[in-house]
Amino acid sequence: MTKSSLSFVRRDMLAPQSAPVTERGAVKWLRENLFSSIGNSVLTILGLLVLFWIVQASLPWLLNGVWQANSLGECRTIIAATAGEGASGACWAMIAQRWNQFMFGFYPKTDYWRPILSFALMFVALTPVLYYGLRRAAMLMVGTVGVLAVLSLALVQTDGWHDALVAAVMLGLFAVAAIMPKKLVWVTLVFPAVGFFLLWGGSVWGPVGTLFGFGIWVAIWLVLQSRLGVVVPAAIGLVAASLWWLVLQTSVTTALHGIAPLGLTAIDSDQFGGFLLAFVIGVTAISASLPIGILLALGRQSDMLLIKTLSVGFIEFVRGVPLITMLFTASLLLQYFLPPRTNFDLILRVIILVSLFASAYIAEVIRGGLAALPRGQYEAADALGLDYWQAQRLIIMPQALKISIPGIVSSFIGLFKDTTLVALVGLADPLQGITKIVRADIAWKGIYWEPFIFVGAIFFLFCFGMSRYSMYLERKLKTDHR
Amino acid sequence: MKKSVFLGTLAATTMLAGFAAAGTLEDVKARGELICGANVALTGFGAPDAEGNYVGFDVDLCKAVAAAVLGDASKVKYVPTTGETRFTALASGEVDVLIRNSTWTYSRDTDLKFDFVAVNYYDGQGFMVKKDLGVSSAKELDGATVCIQTGTTTELNLADFFKANNISYTPVTVGDDSEAQRQYEAGACDAFTTDASGLASNRTAMADPANHIILPEIISKEPLGPVVRHGDNNWGDIVRWTYYALVAAEEKGITKANIDQIAASTTDPEVKRILGLEGDMGAMMGLDAEWAKRAIAASGNYGEIFEANIGAATPIGLARGLNAQWTQGGLQYAPPFR
Repeated sequence: MTKSSLSFVRRDMLAPQSAPVTERGAVKWLRENLFSSIGNSVLTILGLLVLFWIVQASLPWLLNGVWQANSLGECRTIIAATAGEGASGACWAMIAQRWNQFMFGFYPKTDYWRPILSFALMFVALTPVLYYGLRRAAMLMVGTVGVLAVLSLALVQTDGWHDALVAAVMLGLFAVAAIMPKKLVWVTLVFPAVGFFLLWGGSVWGPVGTLFGFGIWVAIWLVLQSRLGVVVPAAIGLVAASLWWLVLQTSVTTALHGIAPLGLTAIDSDQFGGFLLAFVIGVTAISASLPIGILLALGRQSDMLLIKTLSVGFIEFVRGVPLITMLFTASLLLQYFLPPRTNFDLILRVIILVSLFASAYIAEVIRGGLAALPRGQYEAADALGLDYWQAQRLIIMPQALKISIPGIVSSFIGLFKDTTLVALVGLADPLQGITKIVRADIAWKGIYWEPFIFVGAIFFLFCFGMSRYSMYLERKLKTDHR
Repeated sequence: MKKSVFLGTLAATTMLAGFAAAGTLEDVKARGELICGANVALTGFGAPDAEGNYVGFDVDLCKAVAAAVLGDASKVKYVPTTGETRFTALASGEVDVLIRNSTWTYSRDTDLKFDFVAVNYYDGQGFMVKKDLGVSSAKELDGATVCIQTGTTTELNLADFFKANNISYTPVTVGDDSEAQRQYEAGACDAFTTDASGLASNRTAMADPANHIILPEIISKEPLGPVVRHGDNNWGDIVRWTYYALVAAEEKGITKANIDQIAASTTDPEVKRILGLEGDMGAMMGLDAEWAKRAIAASGNYGEIFEANIGAATPIGLARGLNAQWTQGGLQYAPPFR
């Protein structure tokens, strides 16, 4: 090859050029995401128009909002004065005046520290469940909740003594979280009794007696378990505990109360309302429905005909009946079946039926998780020589529950929102019950959107929180490296 | 399944009615508390205030009964009831008396086994329209759209009224009172119909009350009153006569303020009997002599209760109308205390 046949060879590098304007930055993003085709462009423009229309309609209303007034009429006067005649505006003053009813119902104002403390303790009790043994997470959770609890106490103007009490309790728990986070599980175990005592008050010995019954149950189970397996000792323990609860407890606790009359002012159930009620029903039903649901799901898979039939029957019956029917049963029908003049608390009746309702759904969600496990997992558990309960505890449930997390959490979210249905049986839920009561006041009659927006925002906050946590949990438990 | 539950319920109800007949009065006294089925959300009639204390026209009657029976107007437990749960709550014995703007109808009185012992408010269904509609009578509402709550007797009354007058209408059904008001204000309907007392309080709550008028026609009878269970006549008598004591007190000019003074100075034999200064009226119902005096002293006589909760001086501003004393051309008429 001769030299002359050599073509031109560039000796220096071309300076780098930026990408064409349609392939970078905002333009690229817009092109790809909003205007990638004619159809999409049309939809984008329509969407923008709708958005504009919504903002245009609601923004002046939101901006003209009034926070300081004593009645809707006053709100209207203020809006007319500031924004001109005929302008519309939100009357948030109603929330400013009545927020405590949306939060606590008719719970006595001087006792607001009790629901606040039990709400804070609920998060402490949840900590070991959500972040078992994680010191940093536990400290963060308990610390944040403690600070928030003390702040909200200041907000509801609790007296100094109770402020100090709550602060001391939360500090103590923070120390526990810092030194031995695993011990927080004890808070979880006693929380149902503590929460009940704080919210309803009365003698301290009642909840203590109930806890003692569970103590008997666990003690019997632990003693007999090595010899008789899992189920039989649990049944014996249950019988013994029931004997204690039904026959002995009342006389013993009455005697104890006579010796040491400790307790808080008793609060009647009909003073519960607003989000306090939603949380009492929601949290109790959620925590009760998970274990019952697991047992039902296992029962449905069982080889024993009776257990299987009972589980299937229960699940299908409860799932086939709307929640409202259950609520009406709780409020109306049960009254007829109970002996006359028994005053079986309405909230308790509702909680029991809502828990049963939720557990049927949870059972089906968990059954889905169980069904998704390959047969090999069961066989592997058998091959290792594990008995039924060991296999469930160590092999099956951890995997099945992990698969079921999204389903379980969405059941919980649904359940929490369903607590507003209790308005139909005359309980003061935040959405309808309290809103109606507030509207019955002539000062706020005619108010419409504000309570819905306020209550909806709070519901959103909690449901969104639950949903984010479930996504965190899924990521944390993801072990398949897919 | 369904049938057996139903039969069980029926059997239990019958049994319960038997038990309840044993004496509500004794139950209330033993309990030391009157359980009153109340409305939680009716402006002026029954609703908790900002502090959670129940106030209203119906609530004051509960207080009067508690004062008569237990001697203390504050010993009342108000059980919130909804339109659906109220009658079951009464039938199952959950409440002693239902004082919750319940309309006295034939079937409720007979078929549901209740006794409506009195009528403490004569209501009736009316219409509200915007002034610029130019309508002055409900009979001119031909072709109008009407906002109406579903599942109520008002819905049936409305149909009857338009049919009887041979005119047509388009119903706009709404779930509750506040929604009705909202739809009406937004212009979704020309007219808004509900009980006249409700219309009045809705109008007060509007941004421009002067632009709305309540039409003169009242198209239905809604006698509202306290309800007790069938079969316990003595308890029914107590509620009935407590109410009549309030009505009679207004007629005789006995008020909360002057009751002691009148008791000391009166020469009217009937007033003496009402206030327990003569005869043994209370003992006839198993109460003490001063029962009616305490009932009146609790919240005042009928007129005072009316004016304090829903009368012309309140924002609701209802006129006495049918609820005036019979001497003033109304229907409130207490039988003689004799």
